[in-house]
Amino acid sequence: MSIQREDIAMIQNVERYLEGKMLPNEIAYFEQLRKNIPEIDEMVVEHNMLMHHLDNYSNRLNFKNALNDVHEKLAQQGDIQETNEVSRIGRIVQLYHKYKRVTAIAASVGGIIALVISAIVSSIVPTNNNDKIEQLSGVVAQIQQKQQSQGNKLNEVAKNKEENIIVNSGGTGFLIDASGYIITNAHVLHGSSGANVMNNNHETFSASIVYRDEKRDLAILKIVDNDYQQLKKLPYGIKKTEMDLGEELFTLGYPRNDITYNKGDISASTGHDGDTLSYQIQMSANPGNSGGPVFNKNGEVIGIISTREKQAQGVSFAIKSRNIFRLVEDLKNADQPVEIKLFNGASSVKNKDRVSQIKQIENCVFLVKAFNKKLNK
Amino acid sequence: MKSEYTEQLLLKGLANNDSKAIEIIYKDNFKMIQNFIINNNGDYDEARDIFQEAMIALYEKVQSESFVLTCKINTYVYSVCRRLWLKRLQSQGKFSSQMDIIEETVPIEDDIEIHEKRNAEYEIMERALSSLGEPCKSLIEGYYLKKMDMQAIAKEFGYTNADNAKNQKYKCFMRLKKLFFSQYNIGE
Repeated sequence: MSIQREDIAMIQNVERYLEGKMLPNEIAYFEQLRKNIPEIDEMVVEHNMLMHHLDNYSNRLNFKNALNDVHEKLAQQGDIQETNEVSRIGRIVQLYHKYKRVTAIAASVGGIIALVISAIVSSIVPTNNNDKIEQLSGVVAQIQQKQQSQGNKLNEVAKNKEENIIVNSGGTGFLIDASGYIITNAHVLHGSSGANVMNNNHETFSASIVYRDEKRDLAILKIVDNDYQQLKKLPYGIKKTEMDLGEELFTLGYPRNDITYNKGDISASTGHDGDTLSYQIQMSANPGNSGGPVFNKNGEVIGIISTREKQAQGVSFAIKSRNIFRLVEDLKNADQPVEIKLFNGASSVKNKDRVSQIKQIENCVFLVKAFNKKLNK
Repeated sequence: MKSEYTEQLLLKGLANNDSKAIEIIYKDNFKMIQNFIINNNGDYDEARDIFQEAMIALYEKVQSESFVLTCKINTYVYSVCRRLWLKRLQSQGKFSSQMDIIEETVPIEDDIEIHEKRNAEYEIMERALSSLGEPCKSLIEGYYLKKMDMQAIAKEFGYTNADNAKNQKYKCFMRLKKLFFSQYNIGE
């Protein structure tokens, strides 16, 4: 490749121009040249880009050296330990926390189950829905069975919590604010005075009922438990906008005592009988799924599972997520205002495969166990 | 020492290559990442590697004009490290299912994407410079990286005068341009 003198003269001009070393009249002349001759204009752009890349390269190179210098310095000062050891304090404490609440409740409910089941079944019959649809809160029996078996395993751990509670019903709930606000269906809490929530690691926390909106069939719980470690940031956002028919969905919930995954898609933009607050979704939901989050494929919350069609298999309804925003807005203006921060940005699990999405999300989905404090012992 | 530096000042210092600011951020965050990596199938050297990469990502982020950091520095560093480490584990086929979120994280997908693009550009430049050969490589580095003036360069390389050195430098620049853009455009 031979480079001609004129070329070199031109590069020199380009560089002087870009480095700001030209005189004003030179600049004017050169800019006219750029306008008239596309090749020169191209040259300027390329030259500028390459200089820019060289600058980036140089900055990073210098910064890398600076980082290594700092690292060596801190290591010498003892601020950095050059070791593969990590303090493992906390593991055992975590294990203890993991089981003590489950045990407390399990131990306390065991004795009184038989007496109350029939009363509960009659008390959770839905009030404002007709009988073609079925609310999905799990009746207590199956949950309690599981709890009993856990109780057997764990009864050596201290039982110091609520002695006299009656578990009414169970459903699913999920965090909408990492500080511990959980949303679920109002019907999950129907007739209850309090609730406990259990995460996928079977750690149970006590929660208070912050708000119930029977009309929207939504309720908000707040985890009030010192053992609860706030995530501070949720892995998913909550969508304000409507979804389109056919969009792929998935949900996590507690139809059993263990978290369960299910997938489906949106089959109608209205719910039962043209209810515009809900979607109809093609997904087999079971009792206990009620209150669970419905995610789109990006892992954004688009709804809350509430009911299912009795006569058709696999047809369920989900309350649209924008209702969460309305509910939170209402709460802000309530007599006793509650400030809940909803996050409607992109989920951090976006663009991940389903398995890793679930791994991050499952921590935020809880089994809700609603109960009544028994009045007389 | 720390109280004199608010987060904003630290970031400003970082953007301006203030070694004290770099040191404070490094000291405040390295241990957290070291614990995190070691707890998740990694070792000290990998922790150093991942942490420094996150520092580079932060450094280059604060340099951009549109820079805003909407979270604390340690949250950002942790989020980036977590993502980078997850990726590395996956690429080694060692997917870790145990990776609990122990610290707050923020969505950093976009930042990671930018960072990876810069990584690619850096590597292309590195390759282009090294295949340039001598004396071109040193000439270019002397002028564009070390910002030496042409007189000094001419003297150091033994050119009889600065103009000759300059001439050679321009030739080298043209070759570099060719090498760099041929790779760069493939990458697009």
